[in-house]
Amino acid sequence: MKACVVLFPGSNRDRDMIAALTSVAGEPPHLAWHKDTALPDCDLIVLPGGFSHGDYLRSGAIAARAPVMNAVAEAAQRGVRVLGVCNGFQILTEAGLLPGALMRNAGLKFVCCEVLLSVANADNPFTAKYAQDEIIHCPVAHHDGNYFADTKTLKRLEDNGLVAFRYAQDTNPNGSVNDIAGIFNDEGNVLGMMPHPENLIEPAHDGTDGRRLFEAALNVVEMAA
Amino acid sequence: MSVNNNQPITAQLVADHGLSEDEYARIVDLTGREPSFTELGIWSAMWNEHCSYKSSKKWLKTLPTEGPQVVYGPGENAGVVDIGDGDVVVFKMESHNHPSYIEPYQGAATGVGGILRDVFTMGARPIAAMNALRFGAPDHPKTRHLVSGVVAGVGGYGNSFGVPTVGGEVNFHERYNGNILVNAFAAGIAKADAIYISKAEGVGLPIVYLGAKTGRDGVGGATMASAEFDESIDEKRPTVQVGDPFTEKCLLEACLELMDTGAVIAIQDMGAAGLTCSAVEMGAKGDLGIRLDLDKVPVRENDMSAYEMMLSESQERMLMVLRPELEAQAKSIFEKWDLDFAIIGETTSDLRFSVHHQDEEVANLPIKQLGDEAPEYDRPWLEPGQHSPEPPHLFAPPSDYNAALLWLVGSPDLASRQWVWEQYDTLIQGNTLQLPGGNAGVVRVEGHETKALAFSCDVTPRYVEADPREGGKQAVAECYRNLIAAGAVPLAATDNLNFGNPEKPEIMGQLVAAISGIGEACEALNMPIVSGNVSLYNETSNADGSGDAILPTPAIAAVGLIEDHALMARMDTAQENDAIFLVGTEATHLARSLYQREILQSESGPAPSVDLLTEKYRGEFVLSAIRGGYASACHDISDGGLAVALAEMCMASGIGAECTIEVTYPHAALFGEDQSRYLITVKDKWTNMFAANCEGSSVFFSKIGHMRGDRLIINDLIDTPIESLKQAHESWFPDFMNGPTSSSE
Repeated sequence: MKACVVLFPGSNRDRDMIAALTSVAGEPPHLAWHKDTALPDCDLIVLPGGFSHGDYLRSGAIAARAPVMNAVAEAAQRGVRVLGVCNGFQILTEAGLLPGALMRNAGLKFVCCEVLLSVANADNPFTAKYAQDEIIHCPVAHHDGNYFADTKTLKRLEDNGLVAFRYAQDTNPNGSVNDIAGIFNDEGNVLGMMPHPENLIEPAHDGTDGRRLFEAALNVVEMAA
Repeated sequence: MSVNNNQPITAQLVADHGLSEDEYARIVDLTGREPSFTELGIWSAMWNEHCSYKSSKKWLKTLPTEGPQVVYGPGENAGVVDIGDGDVVVFKMESHNHPSYIEPYQGAATGVGGILRDVFTMGARPIAAMNALRFGAPDHPKTRHLVSGVVAGVGGYGNSFGVPTVGGEVNFHERYNGNILVNAFAAGIAKADAIYISKAEGVGLPIVYLGAKTGRDGVGGATMASAEFDESIDEKRPTVQVGDPFTEKCLLEACLELMDTGAVIAIQDMGAAGLTCSAVEMGAKGDLGIRLDLDKVPVRENDMSAYEMMLSESQERMLMVLRPELEAQAKSIFEKWDLDFAIIGETTSDLRFSVHHQDEEVANLPIKQLGDEAPEYDRPWLEPGQHSPEPPHLFAPPSDYNAALLWLVGSPDLASRQWVWEQYDTLIQGNTLQLPGGNAGVVRVEGHETKALAFSCDVTPRYVEADPREGGKQAVAECYRNLIAAGAVPLAATDNLNFGNPEKPEIMGQLVAAISGIGEACEALNMPIVSGNVSLYNETSNADGSGDAILPTPAIAAVGLIEDHALMARMDTAQENDAIFLVGTEATHLARSLYQREILQSESGPAPSVDLLTEKYRGEFVLSAIRGGYASACHDISDGGLAVALAEMCMASGIGAECTIEVTYPHAALFGEDQSRYLITVKDKWTNMFAANCEGSSVFFSKIGHMRGDRLIINDLIDTPIESLKQAHESWFPDFMNGPTSSSE
């Protein structure tokens, strides 16, 4: 029932994420620092958005090698849920916890806009509060969100329902293959996604479609405990 | 390269530092001897226009800077204004024009970095940014390259640092062909009792260097900012600094953590003229001497001379006076963030600025004179000429009103800027309530249920060119109007005065008149100027030695307070069948309008005048209507006049409008740019009550129609599908940027 947000130098949507988790869970999450070698006891680990270490190398490449990532990988293996949003998704792919890579946007420019997502697999703890194929609003804000994976990996993702979200109705902002906006790992306990559900939590955000993702992740955790 | 500190000071060397003979004579007098090479660099950095405001100070002093809401006015890193509940908003706008022309990405990026640093140096967490950008003619061979680089640079820095960009301006005019303008604004929020300033206090206290290491980048940048451009400009590329938003983000977090410990006595960021300017400022303000040991400065290049270290404009650096007993605690914070923390000197009681390098005292100068006794000029100026009135019948009507409106909404200065702001992170921090493209950017105040801040920046340079005084007034008034149209009470403003060479009396006359107009408007509209920046010498030198000045561009940015954001107004929320009201009278002023420029291809005549009493009266009325819940949407009427404002509301809400307006001269009524006017939409059932309110407060108004259908219809003049307007409005920018590659570059 407790979340933990992992902070890297250059994380910058950490405050948004902390606010979202606090709003949904009713209490602030734990915080972990990239140099930490162990994580506090928690049921949901969140890697927030940003430009870790400036992302002057491949996005997320340096953060993926931070000491804390060993603890994240170990927890993921134990079945603890791990959510990586934007830079967090990039870090998870660089760390090998999710397959594929996030390349520079097809338009070669940073893009911040609202997109439509279709929920490609609602049979998962993260997406359980959405209906299968439901269309939700969500903002994106990234420079390197162009998801790519080799044919074999793509087939595995598609065949096993590991695509969590797809850009819908021609709103793919970055050229991602198969319109992929978010994916699960094979076990379904790690989710990486480029869009920012944490920026769609309360009416002032002009929509609350992001809220159910956190409710699902945290509620399921509550039931399990 | 390492230059010997003992090299002889020649007349040429003095001239190369941008110092006049008279100024040099005064320097020798104040130093008590010939200055060393390093000292010459220090004097020139402190006395250039950028740091000393020597041409403008006399006139800047006339601006209204005080009010019950003002906590700190000009003179600090940024202005500080009370927003109630123990919170303050800290903001400033600053130019980075010359560097952005030379190297658009880094020039713009470091402009954003510099202004963010000004804000968080004072202890405020940045919550909003804006950018006022002016480029040359769209068909000039360099324009696209500059637009592309500047926009990417603004985004590259702000997005990585993590501040939402919520507003700005982008304009094109051939007078900026050789000298673009990049004016960056930032605002932050702090607690009123936790504001940090640069005035040092206490003798023998450690001076700490924080942040990134010092390199040779930007050496002489402040001097460059005060020189005209000529064809050798490409040789100046090495004077442009390189930005590192990642380090700045770490510096922000480390500084805020450090301030929480109580270790900071005084703090100053290193901006223009780097270590020199920050150290002198801290000492001079606190009536203290400063002793620096350059061997302790963290450097990233070998064999840097004292001259280079003192004038380096490497980014993401700070100087601080520390409480010595908290040194260990302070140091551990910077170690956590992997930033440099080095004690490089101390405060002294002798009022000298003493700089040591490799066992040699390379500079020993009187600190108060460096900081406070820069020459102040009363440069000769010419009162700008007046244009005689040009009534509407002197302007040809369009052959086709629909075509004219479509052309205007798709013209370079009115087309949608979505291409630009989609490259900026507008949503980060999760508090953005209104995005760019509306009346004003609006951001919630974290920790409050209802409070929000509105931001706008405005100036209409073609008006200022025609009449600097009215143009200066208009810039403030339009900013005021944009804040009002969002439902905000305007609080205070910052000015960024971009002009040509002040040594020319006609340019100086523009500056003097514009400042007087700005001052008059700020006074009348209760928006004191709390911070600002002057950028002069914005000219391109011709082969014959003459210079072409930019359009005079005194950009104004202002902040307004929304007590309850449930009652703010937007321009995109009108509903089907809402009644449309015009607050203000029928327009008659076409001189200097976009209609004149875009349709009649000329720019002449007087600027529209602003009656400040009317401005305030109508503004307060509109604000009360918004707060009373009458306005389903609101929009100010500015560039392009009533027809363009209606078109913008229709496009934003996706609903058409059917309007009948009184017209004496139809083209003037539709496209005239008379000031102090608004459009308000009102639920049909409330129209009688709203009209009674208008009448009761003697505001000029007329009910001009209803929102309905999918076409904009005005009398028998305009009948255009909203979809066609959108097509024209949204396609210009991407088409321009994706257009064929120019062959002449």
